[in-house]
Amino acid sequence: MPVKQSKIQQFLHSEFFHNYRKSPTAIISSLMILSAILIALFGPLITPQDPYALAGLELADAFKPPAWIEGGDANFLLGTDQQGRDIMSAIVYGSRVSLYIGFVGVFFAAITGIVVGLVAGYVGGRLESIIMRIADIQLSFPSMLIALFLMTTFGRSVSNVLIALTLIGWVRYARIVRGETLTVKNKEYIEASRVIGFSNIRIIFKQVLPNVLTSVIVLSTIQVGSFILIEATLSFLGLGVPITRPTLGMLCSDGFAVLYSGLWWVSFFPGLYIVFIVFGINLFGDFLRDELNPRLK
Amino acid sequence: MFKFLVKRIYQMIIVLLVVSFIVFFMTSVIGNPVHTMLPERASQEQVDQVVKMLGLDKPLHVQYLIFLRNALKGDFGRSYTHFQPALKLIFSRFPATLEIVVVAMMMTIVLGISLGVYSGAYPKRRSSKFIMGWSIAGISLPSFWVGMVLIFFLSVRLGWFPVSGRGDLGSFFGIRTSLATLDGWKHIILPSITLAGINIATIIRLVRAGMLETMRQDYIKFAKAKGVNSRDVLFKHALKNILIPVVTIFGLQLGELIAFTTITETIYAWPGMGKLLIDAINNLDRPIVSAYLLFVAVLFVVINFIVDILYTLIDPRVEI
Repeated sequence: MPVKQSKIQQFLHSEFFHNYRKSPTAIISSLMILSAILIALFGPLITPQDPYALAGLELADAFKPPAWIEGGDANFLLGTDQQGRDIMSAIVYGSRVSLYIGFVGVFFAAITGIVVGLVAGYVGGRLESIIMRIADIQLSFPSMLIALFLMTTFGRSVSNVLIALTLIGWVRYARIVRGETLTVKNKEYIEASRVIGFSNIRIIFKQVLPNVLTSVIVLSTIQVGSFILIEATLSFLGLGVPITRPTLGMLCSDGFAVLYSGLWWVSFFPGLYIVFIVFGINLFGDFLRDELNPRLK
Repeated sequence: MFKFLVKRIYQMIIVLLVVSFIVFFMTSVIGNPVHTMLPERASQEQVDQVVKMLGLDKPLHVQYLIFLRNALKGDFGRSYTHFQPALKLIFSRFPATLEIVVVAMMMTIVLGISLGVYSGAYPKRRSSKFIMGWSIAGISLPSFWVGMVLIFFLSVRLGWFPVSGRGDLGSFFGIRTSLATLDGWKHIILPSITLAGINIATIIRLVRAGMLETMRQDYIKFAKAKGVNSRDVLFKHALKNILIPVVTIFGLQLGELIAFTTITETIYAWPGMGKLLIDAINNLDRPIVSAYLLFVAVLFVVINFIVDILYTLIDPRVEI
């Protein structure tokens, strides 16, 4: 397919790709993200045990420190918890749920916010001012607090966390998309499409939407990181995911219970892995923002 | 000015009404408080009695109006677990929360603003890039994890700081506070560092962005062009104008700090209102949850109001 190839070639010769290759932080951070995704997808194939198959756990293996510390066991690289569960396997399995929530949450928040923002910006008038007023009020409250409040009323489950994240996240998308829509709306080519007789829906999706996508991509990258952190915090407080689907935040919470007895590795490594993932995402988000849209804060 | 105040206060009332509406309807969905108040084998009669006592048998909108009327009087009902008026409990825990917020805010101001201004004023320097790198790491840290790491290494391993609690209270101008005793300070240091940590990183980034914006302005270029030395450009010209974005950020971050006390207080068993909220959530203690949320909403609305007023004091261009 010659057309497709030319697109790839176009990308390879673009300024964006050139700057990407020149920036060590961009390369390292994208590799961090990529490895986290690969570990989540294929990690379970290579972990020494399935941490949630109770039959596979041996109490004799409990409380093992990491392998390089005295008393450690080479089979359990990062040690074991009070039930003899391998911490590394638990991290791999936990990161699947954490990443899933981060990405899917951003997907829903973005869709909701984009639609609301496009409609508000394009239609304008009373509807716009009501929507933006709601957004203002919501933004004056910290999202962590809103998340806590929503999860208390919803109860813990993966889908409820996703709903809460969507309700928190739509605002930023709506604001940015509305702003961009307002600037695009009065351009001549939109005017022209209207004269030709294109429907509003068609103009919104075919001509306005492509123009706001760059900002949406930049925002989404940063949002994935912050959603993973919010989920981790909720789960740490016991308000996030249910016990049956532990995430990295919940592993930390389990580990906190045994921290005072000196078993630091149970909570330390899951948290460190959160930092690894979110740090990678934030670094890459910074790079994207500088490259694609320097105006966005 | 008068017109502005009236309009602003009107807006505040609307926001609070909306919040109270949402809080009421959402909390009336939370679990069923009747079961937490009664023994497990309570008879139907007892259940009915409690339902009646709490007013849960009335239609929802009537319940909301009663809730609103009582809320205006500061009455959110008695806590189901502490058997005390909810708002009184919140007030009694508030000073402890305020303590760590104030100490964390001080750290944030000193470190966040100075490092932010520095890295914004000299963005090309290696030290500025170093600060920025660390600030990205800072916003990637989960605060509960930072807390656990600090507890483990500084308290459990090295024994420098106590692991939890508020420590001895002393009297300072008649206010009971742990800031008045050495033991209290020992207890407060780790929670405040945990609370301030991520905030400092955010503030550095925001202040730096504001600083970069200011340094691009024409009057700065002009001052440089007419030969004002760079130190004076920074301290006499740029810094005054950076105050405006800083005040906004400040207001926002103060709210953020208060929200994050829920996590910090849980980790350090700090007896503030954040821990009270988390405990209440776990016990389905509805009066405390709604009292907390409305109290915090009032706090945020007032903070925003003060920020708006400060604006007009700092920036003569803002007319009201």
